[in-house]
Amino acid sequence: MSAAAPLELVCPAGTLPALKAAVDHGADCVYLGFRDDTNARNFNGLNFDDAALAEGLRYAHARNRKVLLALNTYPQADNWLRWTGAVDRAAKAGVDAVILADPGLMGYARRSHPQLRLHLSVQGSATSYEAINFYREHFNIQRAVLPRVLSLAQVAQVIDKTDVEIEVFGFGGLCVMVEGRCSLSAFTTGTSPNCNGACSPAKSVRWEQTAAGMETRLNGILIDRYADGERAGYPTLCKGRFSVDDATYYAIEEPTSLNTLELLPQIMEIGVRAIKIEGRQRSPIYVAQVTKVWRAAINACARDPQHYTPLPAWMAELNKVSEGQSHTLGAYYRPWK
Amino acid sequence: MNGLPPNPRPENGGDYGSPSQNEGSQVVDCPALSPRGEASRGRSGGGAPMMLSLGPLLTYWPRQRVFDFYAQMAEQPVDIVYLGETVCSRRHELRPEDWLDIAALLDEAGKQAILSTQTLIESESDLKTIRKLVDNGRFAVEANDMGAVRLLAEKKLTFIAGPTLNIFNGETLRFIAGLGATRWVLPPEAGAAQLNALQAQRPADMQTEVFALGRLPLAYSARCFTARRFNLQKDACEFRCLDFPEGLALSTRDGEAFLTLNGTQTQSAKVYNLLLEMPALLAADVAVARISPQAEHTAELIDLFRRCRDTLLTPQAAWEDARQHLPGEPCNGFWHGRPGLEQIFAE
Repeated sequence: MSAAAPLELVCPAGTLPALKAAVDHGADCVYLGFRDDTNARNFNGLNFDDAALAEGLRYAHARNRKVLLALNTYPQADNWLRWTGAVDRAAKAGVDAVILADPGLMGYARRSHPQLRLHLSVQGSATSYEAINFYREHFNIQRAVLPRVLSLAQVAQVIDKTDVEIEVFGFGGLCVMVEGRCSLSAFTTGTSPNCNGACSPAKSVRWEQTAAGMETRLNGILIDRYADGERAGYPTLCKGRFSVDDATYYAIEEPTSLNTLELLPQIMEIGVRAIKIEGRQRSPIYVAQVTKVWRAAINACARDPQHYTPLPAWMAELNKVSEGQSHTLGAYYRPWK
Repeated sequence: MNGLPPNPRPENGGDYGSPSQNEGSQVVDCPALSPRGEASRGRSGGGAPMMLSLGPLLTYWPRQRVFDFYAQMAEQPVDIVYLGETVCSRRHELRPEDWLDIAALLDEAGKQAILSTQTLIESESDLKTIRKLVDNGRFAVEANDMGAVRLLAEKKLTFIAGPTLNIFNGETLRFIAGLGATRWVLPPEAGAAQLNALQAQRPADMQTEVFALGRLPLAYSARCFTARRFNLQKDACEFRCLDFPEGLALSTRDGEAFLTLNGTQTQSAKVYNLLLEMPALLAADVAVARISPQAEHTAELIDLFRRCRDTLLTPQAAWEDARQHLPGEPCNGFWHGRPGLEQIFAE
């Protein structure tokens, strides 16, 4: 990979207004999904039907931006046709790429739409160049999105040994587990990120004020309990407080967001091709704010990487929209592990 | 006698795992597929006995305990034993060479010894370990990551497609079979409906294996949650996992046993137990039922599965008897298409 290729900013869109906000504030690419379980943000009121997709494509393409369509859940034997149908719809609409996780579906896309550009989803759990090159050889993938598990040095090693473009997560909600290999939500609620496209779904959530405090439950399992005055958060099951060996704490991860703004010079230096903002389930205002900050940061870093530092105003702006109003470097920073 | 050689696969592609391919084996000191293995390949549903396997040891035990455990397992009625470190590259009580020694011991005891690869690959040294396993020249390998699949397919070796490869549909199953997989493991979060649909679509020579007993491996991370409990970083974890041969119990704030922390892996606290579903597994022509090693009573549980399979015990009696040997409450929700933590009694 040439380190000279510009870093693309890839922003989320759960709705048409969010797509327009991303484009208006400087996204190079917008990613989105259809309104069903073929993508990993299968939430009520979210995502695109064919008409909204057509309008989104018109809006983005008129401004020379790209639209990527996530089809990144795993089709089952009994619903296979919904996924292949989604590939057909995406190709017909003229998206710039589809983001896939399932090898069977990649095979279908290659056979049926040889011109369609394929990206390997983070849900494909490919963390090494051997895995990424495997998908390249068999399905000619052009880009791979890395799970949030590698340090920057490890990302650099992957880039050195593959021709596939590498996209990494830069900001937003943080999966602590390897994407595509987490059944915690399926175990607890019956809703599987792999197969149903949602984690810790709202339909399984119960908020309950008790004598012990505000309790949040997922399918009856107590995820956290908040004292008076504590800010209660959404019960994402890996961000709750649990008891281990007599200690009660955030046993898996705190409610926090990934924010790699300070790593931008290294991210560019090692030849990462695209940086992804998480949050298709978030509002157009979130998309606008985050896109604006990242556009400014990428431009500043590209101009003068030696003297780049994230402006305090950028960090403040991002912290405002972060889960738990705090941020982490995640696995990019070794001690996090 | 049951050693499964790393068969070179035919250049012309297709038909992997058929008995005829073994004629092309370059491995001379190793028998071809056992009659039992061949017999189980068909989908007749009658006559071929279901095999029992022992999954890879998921928790971290002191070296001698591991050797003692497998010496005991060599005498148990399991047909297949998966070996090796699949969770964390920092665990080094046993080196790959030690696992090969154990594989040889089990092979001599008539077991099919299989080397399992690490699930989450982060570094070049992780890849080196996989290459070492792939190149062992004697024992077949279970691939738990597509990187491992690539390395095995490059060498034209047959392999077992592990439970973390996310095989959820017939198209993917046939693709993996075409690369040399002769057996695949259903993702534990999939249930009877998905299994039955896939059984109808699988290639004729493909064996199906189902995770049938043990705490469910639910998630993998770069972060070590055992180290985190002790405010240690993973790189300086003091190998605390050694203190928890059964993993570290995580409960909710109202005292419900929920998860088990096993270093970078998160398991259920409840124990997945498909003894009640054994008739359904047999009817679905499942070739192998997998039992995950426990810190205690693994032999007793293997024996219950054997007696249940051989209809010496009813599923109900076997299930009841198993309870005293499990480190947690039983669950089987995944099999029934329900939240995994549920226990369903009606078929």
